[in-house]
Amino acid sequence: MANDKSLIEILKSRGVSRRAFLKFCTTTASMMALPPSMVPAIASALEKARRPSVIWLSFQECTGCTESLTRSHTPTVEGLIFDAISLDYHHTLQAASGDAAEHAREEAMKENYGNYLLVVDGSIPLDNPGYSTIAGISNLDMLRQTAEGAAAIISVGSCAAFGGLPHANPNPTGAASVSDIITDKPIINVPGCPPIPVVITGVFLHYLTLGTIPELDELGRPKAFFGQNIHDRCYRRPFYERGQFAETFDDEGAKAGWCLYKLGCKGPITYNACATMKWNQATSFPIESGHGCLGCSEPDFWDMGGFYTALSEPTLDVQRAVGVAAAVGAAAGLAVGAVNQVKKKRAQSNHETVSVDDFKEEA
Amino acid sequence: MTSAEFLLWVRGPGLQIAAVIFAFGIILRFFEIYMMGRKKNLSAKRASGTGAGFRTIAKRFLPADSETMRRSTFTIVAGYIFHIGLFVTLFLFVPHIQLFDALTGISWPGLPMPVVDFFTVISMIALLALMWQRLTKPVLRMLSTGHDHLVWTLTFLPFLTGYLAYHHLFVPYTWMLAFHILSVELLMILFPFTKLMHAFTLFVSRWYTGSMAGEKGVKV
Amino acid sequence: MSKPSIERGINALKEQIDAPIASYFSSCVHCGMCADACLFHTETGDPRYVPIHKLEPMRRLWEQEYTLVGRLKKLVGLSKKITAEELEEWQELVYNSCSLCGRCSMVCPVGNDIVYMIRKMREGMSAAGYAPEGLIGASTRAVEIGSPMGVTIKAVEAQVKHAEKDLGFEIPMDAEGAEYLVLMSSMEIMNYPEYLQAVARIMNQAGKSWTISSEAFEATNAGIQIGASDIARILVQRIVDAAEKLKVKTVISPECGHAYTAIRWEGANLIGRPFDFKVQHILEVLDELRDQGLLKTEGSEDSRMTFHDPCQLVRRGGVVEQPRNLLKMVASDFVEMTDHGIMNWCCGAGGGVSANEDAHELKLKAFNRKKKQLDELEVDALVTACANCRIALEEGLEENEMDIPVYGLTEMLAEHLVTEQPGKEK
Repeated sequence: MANDKSLIEILKSRGVSRRAFLKFCTTTASMMALPPSMVPAIASALEKARRPSVIWLSFQECTGCTESLTRSHTPTVEGLIFDAISLDYHHTLQAASGDAAEHAREEAMKENYGNYLLVVDGSIPLDNPGYSTIAGISNLDMLRQTAEGAAAIISVGSCAAFGGLPHANPNPTGAASVSDIITDKPIINVPGCPPIPVVITGVFLHYLTLGTIPELDELGRPKAFFGQNIHDRCYRRPFYERGQFAETFDDEGAKAGWCLYKLGCKGPITYNACATMKWNQATSFPIESGHGCLGCSEPDFWDMGGFYTALSEPTLDVQRAVGVAAAVGAAAGLAVGAVNQVKKKRAQSNHETVSVDDFKEEA
Repeated sequence: MTSAEFLLWVRGPGLQIAAVIFAFGIILRFFEIYMMGRKKNLSAKRASGTGAGFRTIAKRFLPADSETMRRSTFTIVAGYIFHIGLFVTLFLFVPHIQLFDALTGISWPGLPMPVVDFFTVISMIALLALMWQRLTKPVLRMLSTGHDHLVWTLTFLPFLTGYLAYHHLFVPYTWMLAFHILSVELLMILFPFTKLMHAFTLFVSRWYTGSMAGEKGVKV
Repeated sequence: MSKPSIERGINALKEQIDAPIASYFSSCVHCGMCADACLFHTETGDPRYVPIHKLEPMRRLWEQEYTLVGRLKKLVGLSKKITAEELEEWQELVYNSCSLCGRCSMVCPVGNDIVYMIRKMREGMSAAGYAPEGLIGASTRAVEIGSPMGVTIKAVEAQVKHAEKDLGFEIPMDAEGAEYLVLMSSMEIMNYPEYLQAVARIMNQAGKSWTISSEAFEATNAGIQIGASDIARILVQRIVDAAEKLKVKTVISPECGHAYTAIRWEGANLIGRPFDFKVQHILEVLDELRDQGLLKTEGSEDSRMTFHDPCQLVRRGGVVEQPRNLLKMVASDFVEMTDHGIMNWCCGAGGGVSANEDAHELKLKAFNRKKKQLDELEVDALVTACANCRIALEEGLEENEMDIPVYGLTEMLAEHLVTEQPGKEK
């Protein structure tokens, strides 16, 4: 339920100085690549912000996205997020359970109809609804019901954004993404498995402060965080250029921190902020730790040929197919060659002797 | 279709289809050509033709003499820049070597990316130059058919798309990489049924010619 | 017995296509380098003379008959038939503007032996009835009279008698068991009778037994030029019969280009079995004699001279070093043209071109290539070893008002023979 206190009042009661608050706004602005001139606007918006209602639905998910989000929790900064919004429904974080929890959700939907923010993590099974239900309600039904009155939807994590792990071959549950099902609401995809903590909070902040959907790419992802290619921002790029690659995880090249392309790094086809913002408060990211990028913010990354298969390698067994093709080709070739030989022999037996008499005029 | 699905398709079924048609087609054509046979030479040979044939395979990589070089400079120089560039970009670029390793189990060292990039560029320039010649030189205008232009396009596209992909130009990388792989698959599918077969048959053609001349004692 | 027709022509082409030809057509990338090597193209600039283009009807036939894709194209109506009109149009390309010199085959980067294909193309052309008047006439005379220029044995006998008078000794005719059977070309009998005398004197000095045959005196083979193996076979068979009848060890092909190709390289394949005798060009024999010390010459020509390599003898025949070995015996100032030996430029008259009136103008234009070679070298004399080249060169030089004499190598050697003491003569 929305709180009547404005954000600035909450801050004051928490002992957060105005100076600290403005510093947060500046950080936020730079993180979202907004100009410094926007800082006063952000500050002003946040100050006056009434905490909007947020309903968080968790479907076929592993809770990793929530874990990631909470990792961004620091007492004074990101924690504000939870005070800046009214998280009216969240399986992991809510105190209530059972009927009470569902009731809270329904109340929040009624009270804030048209204005609440719907956050989804996990994919939705389109096959047998029994694969994933909450309070006896199928994920599909709950999504549709809850989406009806939402102002906007944020699909957190690759499962909600693209179907994620459940969607991977052979997709036994018929897993679908939010945007596969809801087509009449603005949806922001925040993929990643999980997404970077500050990316999740950054997207929230954008919506909260500006009330708009940030600029999205063709896959519905905020360009501010998903507009850059990992490969372009990777600190190991010079090794790629020079042709220095780790061949195994423990060879000299790996120890020397060489490029992980040959070990299956999907950096070149992955758009995320890992190489710049990194993880654990900018400590590191997978490549820096010596493992190739999995491409987890891209659709179908589980089926992208294998985590340890380089991008230029085939994803299916070509050799056997080629072997068969060659054998069939040889058989067909023998047949065609034989036909040619017969034709030529026939032409030879049809040979009509050329003689000088041929050129004489008919008498 | 998302860019990921497209890329997955060209790396998976697309490549299988292309490789199958490529292998089937080349083997078929080989039988089709060489089962035509040739009559045994009953005249008294001066020397065995076998070794001479192989000598000619090697010798024909160079122009016959300096006069030939002088008269056909453009074709020879542009032709070689293209072919050498093709060899470098195809076989000495690490991601490609990785592909061959996955397919055959054989690997070899590659060249630094900027070097391969240079060869890609000069290959494209050579191809454009050769197309310009084909469109302007009277002999080539008379000889050339749609087939020549189709093959040129099939050859040019992998270079272009590969270059654009590598440099992340114009189109997002995932799409461009997929286009690049698709352009190669197109090339592979049509390869056995076009003059691109010369990549294989020229060795036998040179051998036949060298062998016939060698039997007469002439080094061609 | 049948008449020429497009069907017979197409059938002939079908017979001719073999693995090399299929390989060649599959390898051609339309680079056009063969044009840069062909004197008919370089001296006229006419793009139609690019060598590979001469084979277009045959290429289409190969595609339509012997390739899967070609046959499928035919099924769906996507292929162009080979018609009589097309072959008629191609006559100029296959006969007038090609001397079968083979220079194109030397430069093709994918290794195509283009002249090998053109030779086979002519099989189709002649079977279809599309061949130049001149070659038809030559073939007819060769088969019916015994020589393409209509020279009869009577004329030969007359020449022989004349020579014997000059020589002072007999020229053996139909001598069984002789080591060498000497053939002549009509051109030599008619225009360069000194050739026979030269051979006689050299053989005499060397102490070799030889003979000419009354049944096979003609070496030239119009059948090769018109491209009809059936006719070429008849002419070769005469020589084979005579050689076997006279039980000679070696048949000597005279100073003629295609005659050498006909007997040395096509002969056995035409009659379908290897020869029991050797075949050598007169220069091969002379070089052997030189090597054995049996060819003794004295003195030398002091004019600046060069050698014109007949295409069929050198590039297509393999007799490359012998002319030079011999010429160096009697030439003190011998210089090579750029593009000599197997890369020499054709005189423009071989392969039937000189017998083809329709090709006369083109042949003279093509001679410009030779003219430029000679201008560059500034020689006083030109030596060659083919009577046809000799005539063509003389004609071209005269047309261009160039005062350079042309000599036959065998005659030049004979002129420098060490004079024999009496008694040593046969």
